[in-house]
Amino acid sequence: MTVTAPAHRASLWKKSRIQLALFFAVLGPGFITAMVDNDSGGILTYSQAGARWGYLPLWTLLPITVLLIITQEMNSRMGAVTGKGLQDLIREEFGLRATFFMMVTLVVTNLTNVMAEFAGIAGSLELFGISRYISVPICAAGVWFLIVRGTYRSVEKIFLFASALYITYIISAVLLKPDWKESLIYSFKPVLMLDTDYIVMLIAMVGTSIAPWMQFYLQAAVVEKGVTVKEYGASRFEVIVGCIGTSVIAFFIIVACAAAIWATGPRDIDDPATAALALKPFGKYAFVLFSAGLFNASLFAASILPLSTAYSVCEGLGFESGVNKRFSEAPVFYWLYTLLIAVGAGVVLLPHFPLVKMILFSQVLNGVLLPVVLIFMIKLINKKELMGEWTNSRFYNWVSWVSIVLIIGLTAALAGITARQAWK
Amino acid sequence: MVDLLYFTELLGLEVFDLKGRRIGRVEDAALVPLVDPVRVDRYLVRAGWAWLTVRHDQIQSFSLDGIRLRDELLTPYHDDEYMLRIARDLLDQQIIDVNGRKAVRVTDVTFELMKQNGGDVLWVLEVDVGMRSIVRRVSQGWVPRKWIRRLQAPIPPRSIRWEFCNIVEPDPQRRLRLNIDYRKLENLHPADLADIVEDLSPEERSAVIETLDSEVAADALSEVDPKMQVSILESLDAETAADIVEEMAPDEAADALAELEDETSEEILQEMEVEPKSDVTELLEYEEDTAGGLMNTEYVALDEGATIADAMAAVRANEDQLEVLNTIFLIDREGRLTGAVPLGRLFTGGPETPLKELVSGTLLQIPTEAKKGRVTELFDKYNILTLPVVEAGGKLAGAITADDVISVLRER
Repeated sequence: MTVTAPAHRASLWKKSRIQLALFFAVLGPGFITAMVDNDSGGILTYSQAGARWGYLPLWTLLPITVLLIITQEMNSRMGAVTGKGLQDLIREEFGLRATFFMMVTLVVTNLTNVMAEFAGIAGSLELFGISRYISVPICAAGVWFLIVRGTYRSVEKIFLFASALYITYIISAVLLKPDWKESLIYSFKPVLMLDTDYIVMLIAMVGTSIAPWMQFYLQAAVVEKGVTVKEYGASRFEVIVGCIGTSVIAFFIIVACAAAIWATGPRDIDDPATAALALKPFGKYAFVLFSAGLFNASLFAASILPLSTAYSVCEGLGFESGVNKRFSEAPVFYWLYTLLIAVGAGVVLLPHFPLVKMILFSQVLNGVLLPVVLIFMIKLINKKELMGEWTNSRFYNWVSWVSIVLIIGLTAALAGITARQAWK
Repeated sequence: MVDLLYFTELLGLEVFDLKGRRIGRVEDAALVPLVDPVRVDRYLVRAGWAWLTVRHDQIQSFSLDGIRLRDELLTPYHDDEYMLRIARDLLDQQIIDVNGRKAVRVTDVTFELMKQNGGDVLWVLEVDVGMRSIVRRVSQGWVPRKWIRRLQAPIPPRSIRWEFCNIVEPDPQRRLRLNIDYRKLENLHPADLADIVEDLSPEERSAVIETLDSEVAADALSEVDPKMQVSILESLDAETAADIVEEMAPDEAADALAELEDETSEEILQEMEVEPKSDVTELLEYEEDTAGGLMNTEYVALDEGATIADAMAAVRANEDQLEVLNTIFLIDREGRLTGAVPLGRLFTGGPETPLKELVSGTLLQIPTEAKKGRVTELFDKYNILTLPVVEAGGKLAGAITADDVISVLRER
């Protein structure tokens, strides 16, 4: 026994080191996707929740994390097993027409998402006194060059660094001295109220967390990274860590707004920059960190969304794509990519553009597109000829269907409510 | 009358019997490549609940309004494995465009209408990709066929001639039945072939690589991204992998094997022939980031006393290395490096001239354990194409060529 013990420990040490190395080898896709989830729209929703309802909505983060993990895990598994993007699989199994209409909807929703991101950039930098007529064009050009000039690996490193910057929200929340006891209690204690505003807010939190583009981006990133079935265990772990990370950030955003805004006087806010501004009286650093976080999140999402959209559309419809191709080789790809950035950034500079209406509209479209994507996903992942032994287990299928029905119900409700609000 | 028909138009086309009564609609069309690689052999027709097969010689005429038969003895449809069904097996799938050297996704298929024995038959002419075929597919079914033709007219077509299309089929049995081979790919440049392989799914990748001639496969594999190299080699059985690795340049083979798990690389090494194996195992001994890990053991070295005539003979004997060979090394009896003769100098003297008179002024060399950075420094400083690598006693171990250095620099 005494002889074998050290050897055993050594192998365990080696094993855990290998595990760690594996984790870093696949680190990227899941983590980045999960982080981009907290884009300017997400930050707005969480700030609103905290400012209006304080610590009460925190409990939703737990189920949201589970839903997020279930949907994202399926994508990373499909990517690793088939080596194909989601749009490729949809096209192969459901035909061109389904793909075409899905892609058109994806372009429209993502275009409005890009607008929201650039609005976030403009809003956050205006807090520091930088005019949007300077910040938006510079950021748009920066984003364009970053992707067109960079390689997947270098861009991924920048993205991972941007993911790390989300820590500003944690520091900002700590600086605001929130009531930690309350926030912990309400993280696990579901509070339901028959108040329309409260319910709408809860639905919005789920709706903003799970967006159709993420499914396409994540799977493409897993394929691009060359994750294989062998490394899949590590990849799944990465997805789970990423999803938990997203919710942790969301937790601190809600807590920050609860501590500063709700504690002094609950109120509604209508853009994320207002939330940052409302933090100002409570501490300069909290304000600076919160706005810097908003800028980082918006810029981050603005870098990923147009690329992901152009990539999915071109792959799905069979046009040449990829940043390693020249402009003349992949004209559709580059035009689409450029237009998404140019239009998305351009409308933010138009004085009377109905941006809020557009964002509401995109949420409705999201609600229409998401069910279709999710149902296609679960059908694909259960195809034996595609996934082999990696299809869903019966239990997992059951859980997935319940989650999907839940997500569909909630997003449909959100789409309906926003549509009604926009109508008024 | 039309002379071209698109597959999307054929789908849903009504079929009429001799008396002009409607029988059903076309659901799919199939080729039997072993019988005829271009002619549509049979059509799948849905008549109410029944599925019927219409043979190509039972058809009188095709038009945008329907298909007229000349023989009504239709048999029920049954699946057979020699059939390539266009909607099921071709449409929306990835194929290889040999001429354009890339993987493309099929949007539509164009047929040419031919007369054969008094009836119409369809020949596959092209596979369509791009905007024009997308418009056709998306509007199919709810816009009349004749309008679609007008709608698509202004869009320039993008098509690939059928003879340049290569279907990718992972199942080797089915490849035989469908008469699919990858001989057309073997004439491509290895770098282009590698690009195509990278575009395919993992399953298809291994299928293509294992079907190719092992020499071609080795060249292509050398050009593939290292991470993908590993996953391809892992997916092949050890014997096939060994055949391919044998054909790779020893330094590249060693790099690839070093990336594999110990167990897998051991299996592959066991299957290899003795000579390439010893070269590779020798190279595997060196650390990856040293001159030894970088060098190649394929070089030409002659005895100090050799003449130009000897050198010429040696060059002819090593024809397979000619593309990268640019220096001949001189060694003494113990195998120690004593000189290097640039290939071009061989043309400056008569056949009897001793090589010793032609050696370069300073003899550059590097020990096997020197770091990569040192190697690139020497290449940069002395503007050389080949650098000999020596072991501790000065014995020649291998050579590093400029292309190895370029790969190192590209990695950064």
